[in-house]
Amino acid sequence: MKKSTAKRNGTGEPRLDKIFKSYKGRAREMISILQDIQDEYGFLPEEALKKTAVFLDVPLPDIFGVATFYRMFRLGRPGKHTITACIGTACHVRGVTRVVEEIGRTLGIEPGQTTPDGEYSLDTVNCLGCCAIGPVVVMDGQYHGQVTSQSARKLVKAQPNVKEVVKS
Amino acid sequence: MKQLRSPEPQQTPRGGVRLKIDGLDVTVDAGTSVLEAARFLGLEIPTLCHVDGLSAYGGCRLCVVEIGKGDKARLVSSCTYPAEDGLVARTNTKRVVRTRKMLIELLVSIAPSSKVIQDLAARFGVQKCRFKPKYEDCILCGLCVRMCQEQMMSGAIDFVGRGQKRRITTPFDKKSELCRTCGGCMYICPVCTLRCQGPSAPTDVCGSCVCMEPTCIEKFDDYMCYLGPTGVCGTCVSEGKKVEGSGGDKELCHTANTTQQRQP
Repeated sequence: MKKSTAKRNGTGEPRLDKIFKSYKGRAREMISILQDIQDEYGFLPEEALKKTAVFLDVPLPDIFGVATFYRMFRLGRPGKHTITACIGTACHVRGVTRVVEEIGRTLGIEPGQTTPDGEYSLDTVNCLGCCAIGPVVVMDGQYHGQVTSQSARKLVKAQPNVKEVVKS
Repeated sequence: MKQLRSPEPQQTPRGGVRLKIDGLDVTVDAGTSVLEAARFLGLEIPTLCHVDGLSAYGGCRLCVVEIGKGDKARLVSSCTYPAEDGLVARTNTKRVVRTRKMLIELLVSIAPSSKVIQDLAARFGVQKCRFKPKYEDCILCGLCVRMCQEQMMSGAIDFVGRGQKRRITTPFDKKSELCRTCGGCMYICPVCTLRCQGPSAPTDVCGSCVCMEPTCIEKFDDYMCYLGPTGVCGTCVSEGKKVEGSGGDKELCHTANTTQQRQP
C-alpha cells in the first residue's frame, strides 16, 4: 500500500523522485539508492532516508543501520571546506592522533562533525597513499605533509573564516 | 558403497535426522538446531542470546558444543548449528567448559551489574574476573532487536554503527514512530535486571550465590536469599536448630543447615 502510493504520487521531492525513477523498489537496491542520494545532496538527509524506507518497503532502522555501517555515507551536512586527516598506520605511528585532536580543538568539533556555521568539516580516512610524508592532512584538496599539532593549528588558523573556539 | 558412506545403520524416518548428543541418540526434524535437540533430550546448555520464539542469532556463544571426534573436533554454537545425520556432539567436554567459563568471564567484565550474567558466573563457578570491568549497559546480544521485530512486529530499534561504536538505537536517536512503548525490549534484556547486592561488598564477580557464608535473617535483619524462594537458599538456618559442639556462630549456622538439608 505504502509503496504503491509513494510510487504513484511521488515523494514531493523532485530530486528524490528522479533518483527513485531508475529503481524498481526492491530492498536490494538500498545501497545504490543511498549512494545516489549522497551524490545528489552531499550527505544523507533524514527525510530522504524516511522516503527511501517507504519506497523500498524496508523498515527505517534497517536503512539507518546500513547508512551508519558504511563509512562512505555521512548523515550530517558537510561543511563548505573539508579537512581530512589520515589516520592510517604510518600516520598513526607518527602521531596523527594528536594532530586530529588539535584540529578538532581549534574548530571545536570532533572528527566526522561540521562546525555550527557550516564552514568546516573534519574527517578521518584510513590511508591516503602518501605515507612517506605522513602525518598527512588534506585541506580542500591541498596536501600537507609532516604535520605536527602545532603546525596543524597554524594551518587551520590560516584558513578563511575559522572561528576559534575558546575552550570553556 | 552405501555402507562406506554411513557407518551407522540408518533408520531415519522420512524428513528426520539422527544424531548423538552426549552419547544419547535422538531423532529430530530436519532443520532443528543442535541446541533444540539437546533441550529435547533434557540436556542443559546455557544461553544468553537465545530465546524460544525468536530467531537464532549466535551472538553470545555460550551455547558452544564440541562436534566431531579427535583432531577434527571443533566448537560450534549449538543454537545456529543445524542437526545433521550422524552428528556427534558433546555438550560438556573440558574444552567446552573452559571456553564457556572464559566467555562468562568476558561477559562479566562487560556488564558486571547484570544479574543474569552474575547468575551464570555463579552457576559455572567463575570466581574472579581478570579483565577491567567496563560497566556497559549492553552486551549486544540483539535480543531486544529481534523481540521488537519478530514478536512485537514493530521493528523500531536496530543495530547502528559498527565495530566498537556498534550499539542499539532508533534511527537518528529520535523517538520512533514505530515504537508502541510495549516494553518488550526491556522485558527480554539480560542486562536490564541489576544484580543483587549480596551480603558482602560488591566486587566484579559477586559470587553471592556460591557464597558459603550464612545469609540468614538473624545476621542481616532481612533474608538475603536470591537464588530460590526466601528461606530455602541453603545457607541460612531457622531458629533453635543450632548444632552443639561446634565453633563460632557462623560455622554453627552453616553446619546446622547442611545437616538439615541432607535429611529428606
